Amino acid sequence: MQQFLNPEILTSAILIIGAVTAFLYGRGLAVSRAQLPADGARAHSIPSYHGYFSAWIVAFIAVGVIALWTTFSGALPEFMFPAMMLGAMALGFIIINRLLTPTFRARNHVERFVGGVLMICSGVAVLTTFGIVLSLVFESLRFFDQVPILDFLTGLNWSPQTALREDQIGQSGSFGAVPIFAGTFMITAVAIFIAGPIGLLIAVYLSEYATKRTRATVKPMVEILAGIPTIVYGFFALLTVGPAIRNFAEGFGLSVPTQSAIAAGSVMGVMIIPFISSLSDDVINAVPQTLRDGSLALGATKSETMTKVIFPAALPGIIGAFLLAVSRAIGETMIVVMAAGRAANLTGNPFEAVTTVTVQIVSLLTGDQEFDSAKTLAAFALGLVLFVFTLVLNIIALLIVRKYRERYE
Amino acid sequence: MVNMNAAHTKYISDLGLTPNMGEVIEMMASAPAAETTQVKFECRDVEVFYSGKRALRGVNMDVPDSGVTALIGPSGCGKSTFLRVFNRMNDTIPNARVTGQILMDGQDIYSKDIDPVLLRARVGMVFQKPNPFPKSIYDNVAYGPRIHGLAPQKKDLDNIVERSLVRAGLWDEVKDRLKEPGTSLSGGQQQRLVIARAIAVSPEVILMDEPASALDPIATARLEELIDELKEKYCILIVTHSMAQAARVSQKTAFFHLGDLVEYDDTQTIFTNPKDQRTQDYITGRTG
Ligand SMILES: Nc1ncnc2c1ncn2[C@@H]1O[C@H](COP(=O)(O)OP(=O)(O)OP(=O)(O)O)[C@@H](O)[C@H]1O
Ligand SMILES: [Mg+2]
Repeated sequence: MQQFLNPEILTSAILIIGAVTAFLYGRGLAVSRAQLPADGARAHSIPSYHGYFSAWIVAFIAVGVIALWTTFSGALPEFMFPAMMLGAMALGFIIINRLLTPTFRARNHVERFVGGVLMICSGVAVLTTFGIVLSLVFESLRFFDQVPILDFLTGLNWSPQTALREDQIGQSGSFGAVPIFAGTFMITAVAIFIAGPIGLLIAVYLSEYATKRTRATVKPMVEILAGIPTIVYGFFALLTVGPAIRNFAEGFGLSVPTQSAIAAGSVMGVMIIPFISSLSDDVINAVPQTLRDGSLALGATKSETMTKVIFPAALPGIIGAFLLAVSRAIGETMIVVMAAGRAANLTGNPFEAVTTVTVQIVSLLTGDQEFDSAKTLAAFALGLVLFVFTLVLNIIALLIVRKYRERYE
Repeated sequence: MVNMNAAHTKYISDLGLTPNMGEVIEMMASAPAAETTQVKFECRDVEVFYSGKRALRGVNMDVPDSGVTALIGPSGCGKSTFLRVFNRMNDTIPNARVTGQILMDGQDIYSKDIDPVLLRARVGMVFQKPNPFPKSIYDNVAYGPRIHGLAPQKKDLDNIVERSLVRAGLWDEVKDRLKEPGTSLSGGQQQRLVIARAIAVSPEVILMDEPASALDPIATARLEELIDELKEKYCILIVTHSMAQAARVSQKTAFFHLGDLVEYDDTQTIFTNPKDQRTQDYITGRTG
């Protein structure tokens, strides 16, 4: 019983009850007033719009009171709050009573309310994005106060741990991020190397060769790959693929660590197959049927039509699909944390352990440390680089895809 | 009723005729289609089904190997379906099934030893909406010859491209911009480009499905002139919704109604003296 009396629930209850009452009140008002002989003039809106309008007004006022109260909390004693709520809502009812005449354009006002609420919702998303970007930028700037940006972007040695031990400020530590950019790049390259051809061939099969029925079953099944939790991929990579690659290499007398770029990259490749196959399938399908017919009618075979007409026509969209897959791969964390290792090796050998931007962010921020040391601030800088990079990739991809769309519409 | 050729005409005139019939024959004698024509396609009981539903019913018709044959009829009557029978494009439609016999120069084009891919090089097609590939003008025309290996050397390919564009009446307009995309041309030019593309593989037959329906009157007139020139060299089948166009460009006309071939005769006869009430209603605009 106690929990029902806590202030949040009580407030919400007042709000909801107030709004519902206002709805009934407004609707009733409209019904009764419309029945008054007003030169046979018809009410502008049907009664329930008057009801919705009333509910909006009361809810709006109540939310306003709550907002004010939280902003200036402490300025007034606690018990004033319910009183203010009820008072404000009563005011709402008075306004309703005055406004609701048969000629009142409740319908249009409700429409405006709906528009406003929708706008606020999307505003929240946009503002959140801005907030995240700003905090990334500011924290990164603090990092670059301590470590020059050029050292960060071009340094070949990454060992933030030593820095922390020797000198809290971190000036003498190594924050050269090139090895982790290289590691990210290599794992992404391995992933695309696997997902690119397979995804593309799946797309070709689905769009050109499979029957409608097959396509309707196979496509969602391939898409499930993208829905598997990445942690599952992670231990799959660590426990199955990594050892398999190691054993395979041992057969040739090579020693390969369980954690390697190729283990993480190949599993990540499997994960992003659907990004490439589904998007490419969509763009291939968007190539007008008339082009296929035109080619077939000239005596081209299906595969000639595919390679010589459809594929070139769909190429921009396919490139867009690849870029989106790349940005997904770059941002992927779990698989690489588990399967790629943490050693910041600068190497071109995919059979060695490497590390990526996301892995380093994880290891910089896990464990307890102060949140303004160079070590933790470095995570923000890495995050910013990652963000800028994937943002640019996404923008390019979307531009390409859009340009391609316009071509046939 | 089918294929009133010269021998047939002579046979009738030998019989001694009513004046009325004589008039018809006189008219026919002046018509180009009444020259000694050979049969290009013989259709025997052709039926087409989409998912088991019959769209075309027992069509019997001989298509002469010179001149233009027009297919007319109300929307949905099966004109396009029938046209696609001749280059087996119906094969590319899932659920479509063709029965009956279509003989091209006496050979069944639906028999096992006919490769539809090769058949389509002999029977070209032009579609309702111009559909140039998103490639250069040159590559559009060179597409077919490249696929079929018709030009061993670059020089040969250049020749084929030029010849085809000349024949399609487009050469003068595009000879300085062969590298530009085919999609950059106007609608009428695009339609002539795809005709050039079809001609480039030296087909014997050109099928046209409402080729002028996306064109303005001037481009349409151009296209009709072109069809008139092309008929000297190719057997042309054209689907059209314009009665006037059928009358202008064709020598033979087939009228379809609800999947039936209702009437097939010389174009003049169809338009001046149709035998079937449905044909009459359609050409006078009472149905359709
Ligand atoms: N791909 C298809 N699948 C199923 N039914 C089809 C298909 N194509 C055509 N049909 C059906 O076959 C019939 C004939 O169609 P067709 O396209 O040949 O008509 P049309 O005479 O060319 O008409 P229009 O003048 O409108 O082009 C129609 O009833 C149509 O619905
Ligand atoms: Mg049609």
